[in-house]
Amino acid sequence: MTDALDVAVRLLLVFVAFLVLPLVVGQTEHKVMAHMQGRLGPMYAGGFHGWAQLVADGVKFAQKEDVVPKDADRRVFQLAPAVALLPYLLVLVAIPVAPGSVGAVVDAGIFFALAVMGVGVLGSLMAGWASANKFSLLGGLRTAAQLLAYELPMLLAAASVAMAAGTVSLTGVLDAFAWWWVPWQIVGALVFFVAGLAELQRPPFDMPVADSEIIFGAYTEYTGLRFALFLLAEYAGIVVLCALTTVLFLGGWHGPWGDDGLGWLWTLLKTAVLAFVVIWLRVSYPRLREDQLQKLAWTVLVPLALAQIALTGIVKVAIN
Amino acid sequence: MREPTVVAAGYFDTYSVVGLLAVVGVLFVAVAFGAGRLLRPVVPTPEKLLTYECGVDPVGEGWAHTQVRYYVYAFLYVIFAVDSIFLFPWATVFAAPGYGATTLVEMFVFLGFLAVGLLYAYKKGVLAWT
Repeated sequence: MTDALDVAVRLLLVFVAFLVLPLVVGQTEHKVMAHMQGRLGPMYAGGFHGWAQLVADGVKFAQKEDVVPKDADRRVFQLAPAVALLPYLLVLVAIPVAPGSVGAVVDAGIFFALAVMGVGVLGSLMAGWASANKFSLLGGLRTAAQLLAYELPMLLAAASVAMAAGTVSLTGVLDAFAWWWVPWQIVGALVFFVAGLAELQRPPFDMPVADSEIIFGAYTEYTGLRFALFLLAEYAGIVVLCALTTVLFLGGWHGPWGDDGLGWLWTLLKTAVLAFVVIWLRVSYPRLREDQLQKLAWTVLVPLALAQIALTGIVKVAIN
Repeated sequence: MREPTVVAAGYFDTYSVVGLLAVVGVLFVAVAFGAGRLLRPVVPTPEKLLTYECGVDPVGEGWAHTQVRYYVYAFLYVIFAVDSIFLFPWATVFAAPGYGATTLVEMFVFLGFLAVGLLYAYKKGVLAWT
């Protein structure tokens, strides 16, 4: 019975985190972007600095008419947002927050996280194809090209951490972590983070949704709740990417002091700082062209990731 | 004989939690869509159901022929990704006592293959754009 209760509490916590954290990131984005651009951002909803803006947005989305274009592939069109969103929920369960605090200890954690995250992109592809819209189709193709280019450096960078820790379990990585890993794996960390950004189609890698060229890419035809789920997926993706980078490269719950009691706080803090960087990049960098995207992935990130693997291998064997 | 059973049970326990969460997620989406159906208006008009192309009436089909310029990367990706998958099981044992230098050499052979592949693609002009 206690076991069942334990599992229920864990699932509840993961689910609540899944619903709340993306909204926090979204609201932070509103405010941070506004202040970086010399605006105030939302100020009205909820009273205090517009804290309830995204709740109001949610209410609005829920009341909007759900339009499925006549020519669209109806079932696929309607399912796509769910396919885009749910993988991030599943990844969240495997991310360790504090010593002993993890939704589920998945033995092949790194593998699980990368594999499941890859599924999320299928949602965009489904949306792009099923919309029967030329812009959506182009957006979908760009999404596919981007996934193909950036999945590989991400995989290689993660493999480097697995080599350093000698395990593919996320909790195992954190148990083996030592502070000098941060400079040792820093190249891998950068590659992983940049590749993750590209996979989430966040600026400056937002070619698949470039509004000045293809309206909103694969999501052009979506309205109301389904559109909201796509947006939620994007922000959940930011949370998952930042948390994964934290766990793999920045030591997760390890902090200057109080690992046992305050571990969760360190994890959240590092994740929040990375999320801030994600927002900052959106404000400061122009969009990369499709060929620049491909060039960055294949001629910079992949070689860097390979070099990181070589470095990790040499150091690891040398210290053993 | 007892221990393997326990290990297997733990393995399935883990993924049953993941499975349960997947069920929770599917329920969440189902409830959201169901509730949305009750909350929102349904007033379809022919114009509304038209494919959106900048406000102009759509020309031709949405599933148009497009030139997939990046298919070469799909090949590159498949080759490299399949290679990379094998890194993970190797990564967990390569520094174990008794392997050390041998596996390190293996790693450089592996990286060499990938690097040559990349270099070949580069020389063939696949990685250059105009």
